[in-house]
Amino acid sequence: MSEVETQNKRKQLYKSNTPLLMQGNEACAWGALAAGCMFFGGYPITPSTEIAEMLARYLPQIGGHFIQMEDEIASIASVIGASVAGAKSMTATSGPGFSLMQENLGYAYMAEVPCVVVNVQRGGPSTGLPTKVAQGEMMQAKWGTHGDYFPIVLVPSSVKECFDLTIRAFNLSEKFRSPVVVLSDEVLGHMREIVSLPPQDELEIITCTRPNEPPEWYRHFEITPDYLSPMASFGEGYRFHLTGLTHDEYGFPTSKQKEIVDKLEKLRLKTARHIDEIADVRLDLMDDAHIMVLAYGSTARAARQAIRIARKKRFKVGMVQPLTIWPFPDDIVGRLLEKVDLVIVPELNQGQIIGEVKRLCQRHIKIVGLNRFDGELITPAQIVDKIKEERP
Amino acid sequence: MQRDIHENHRIEIRLSGSGGQGLVLAGVILAEAMGVYEGKNVAQTQSYGPEARGGASRSDIVISDTEIHYPKTTQLDLLLSLTQESCDQYYRSLKENGILVVDSDKVRQLPSHKAFSLPFIKTAKEQAGTPVVANVVSLSAVAAIMELCPKESLLKAVLMRAPRGTEDKNRTACELGYEMGVEARRKMRERKYAFDH
Amino acid sequence: MDQMSNVTHKYLRPKKSFPNVWCPGCGIGIAMGAMIRAIDGLGLDKNQVAVVSGIGCTARIPVYLDFNTLHTTHGRPLAFATGVKLANPKMKVIVVSGDGDLLAIGGNHFIHAARRNMDITCILVNNYIYGMTGGQYSPTTPFKKLSSTGPYGMIEQSFDPAELARTAGATFVARGTVFHASQLSRLMSQAINRHGFSFVEVISNCHTQYGRLNREGSAVKMIQWQKDHAVPVSVAAKKTPEELEDKFITGVLYEQEKPGYVEEYQKIIDRFSRESTESMVRVTES
Repeated sequence: MSEVETQNKRKQLYKSNTPLLMQGNEACAWGALAAGCMFFGGYPITPSTEIAEMLARYLPQIGGHFIQMEDEIASIASVIGASVAGAKSMTATSGPGFSLMQENLGYAYMAEVPCVVVNVQRGGPSTGLPTKVAQGEMMQAKWGTHGDYFPIVLVPSSVKECFDLTIRAFNLSEKFRSPVVVLSDEVLGHMREIVSLPPQDELEIITCTRPNEPPEWYRHFEITPDYLSPMASFGEGYRFHLTGLTHDEYGFPTSKQKEIVDKLEKLRLKTARHIDEIADVRLDLMDDAHIMVLAYGSTARAARQAIRIARKKRFKVGMVQPLTIWPFPDDIVGRLLEKVDLVIVPELNQGQIIGEVKRLCQRHIKIVGLNRFDGELITPAQIVDKIKEERP
Repeated sequence: MQRDIHENHRIEIRLSGSGGQGLVLAGVILAEAMGVYEGKNVAQTQSYGPEARGGASRSDIVISDTEIHYPKTTQLDLLLSLTQESCDQYYRSLKENGILVVDSDKVRQLPSHKAFSLPFIKTAKEQAGTPVVANVVSLSAVAAIMELCPKESLLKAVLMRAPRGTEDKNRTACELGYEMGVEARRKMRERKYAFDH
Repeated sequence: MDQMSNVTHKYLRPKKSFPNVWCPGCGIGIAMGAMIRAIDGLGLDKNQVAVVSGIGCTARIPVYLDFNTLHTTHGRPLAFATGVKLANPKMKVIVVSGDGDLLAIGGNHFIHAARRNMDITCILVNNYIYGMTGGQYSPTTPFKKLSSTGPYGMIEQSFDPAELARTAGATFVARGTVFHASQLSRLMSQAINRHGFSFVEVISNCHTQYGRLNREGSAVKMIQWQKDHAVPVSVAAKKTPEELEDKFITGVLYEQEKPGYVEEYQKIIDRFSRESTESMVRVTES
């Protein structure tokens, strides 16, 4: 199928400006299609499977490819392979599958291959609670692979955000040539809400810059002033080498100290130097707040309601919701921490992101967690009670 | 006769029964009728997995004129139960003055004398020709009892989701159920039961 | 010989990636040479060839070759190659792998790529041992043979890789040796030229690890062993099982036509290219 034909087919599929009832997982799939995804390699796992099912159905209709691989290791491997050969690619999984993907996520990071992984979180560890919600992979997403690792991780909190952040994940992965993880969860994945999708031509879709020098001059891993390098794909005449071994700017393995340091610094700096562009934090009633609720994902939904209830009871409380959780928005959260004297961090785990808040806080203020890990959402009432308990 | 869903006012509905009664689909239909055709904000969630096979299964719908923050139900305005087990299990989730609607053949022990006890499954079997559409009969009754939306919106949503070849039966089921709901509401009003929630 | 190496040089990346990592006398270089001559003989465009590998001595082949090359994680080259092939079906995708990489850690990917009849050529350089990590036993180490992790002799049974490939669904299966370099090149050429999953097992030598531990001598001696124990398919047909007991058969072992994933998937795409696409509204409502 030609590129023009693919575009026409995608337009036929996509319905904009029409209210549609859809699940978060469906919204992820539509986001992927809108972002230009042409390859999905995956393995069935609850509660993420709807994403695979949708793309199995739609990808061939626009000339893309879907394949159900033999396991999650193979899934992410096929996704990286497809990306190297020029297709915007993704996979979707949940906890156990995400664990299996960690080694190859490190490969994608090292070899600077764009790809998107949606992890629809369920209760863990191990097989855990396959049909129940959790936010247990916040730190795994950051530190899951071996070695230093600075991935980009996004956390949606509504069906619409599943769509928006999947597109953003593709855009960031292309721009920074990095794997990008979307941490959804069981509630978001299966919940249905009304979404009206924006017209396709109003969406910002980013594709990695292509090289314009002749192949003999091309360096696939060129270190540029802004640490972002153009990217050729297999079959375009550049014939480059990719490896998970530490490599020079051409991609050839190296053991020269300077080249090793240059490579690893490039990997770190390409996100660190663009943190303002990557960070995305939503503030809610924070202007005069003395109490901060820092919440993300489906927990943020409860927090948003809770702070409104608490405001009626005259608590000066606001909410900080990071939509990009990694790299953590240190500057923004750090500044806000200056203004408050109590922080509540509700999470569907035994305390993960609270550590980041404590790391950033320079003053001696109370930072307390509200943790639930029984497979159910934290309720607004629980957050309100916590506020009352800490501020009698 | 449309009920205003006032600002900050949420309506929380749970459709419950046993797996295989089509209640998840009924929840989706109601969410679609309210969200797509009535322009409300909706959030629909459900129980998944082994819990949904046998035992009590449920589909929850939150409806609001304003943005829905917390998407799950906390205090039900209405509980529909098509089995005794689900009625027993979820009755306590109803808020004070919440409405209980049950199938009169399946739920024999009523936890409240204010319940609407209606023969959904029997009506589906005898008048729509198959017990399979009991979900649509009961859903339509619920919509009418709560005065959630006009029948037309509901019917549109039902027909959109009805499998090919079952449109007529589903249409009949929707009309029967809606009538049952309107009638039940009228009777209750005559008896001056309070069901403002 | 001179002409042979001139051909090889056209396909190497001499400036950036040499010297190579292999021990003097290693068979992997011969296997690589045979592969290059096969590709050259087929007249393939370098830009349309991808060579994918995992981890191990054999997996270092791609770095020296002037194609689109992908050196991946341990055991996973077939899974990466599957993605490359589907994203760019016009490309010839060749996987080079060792016995540990392909059959131990990558065993699952191997049988499934073969089962799907995925349009990939898979070349296994079988030297019966883990060379790079220092002589540990692999799924092909023969019974009783010594290795650094089997110091009392191998007590596990071994895989017959060619038989495994055939059973799993490969549609072309061949075996050659690094001694019979010209035949090896012909077998690789046939494999690369085919559609579907084609598999070539290359019997090679690891004198540094396997040879040393099992006192099988130098590279020359081990390659001589290949010459003495290889029986061509046509000759083997006339021999009794007893006569073939310590021998192995070389040549094209198995060939079959079967639909493959790539062409079957293309049929689905073509169907939608003719018909109009279903509307999203209808689908989300089904």
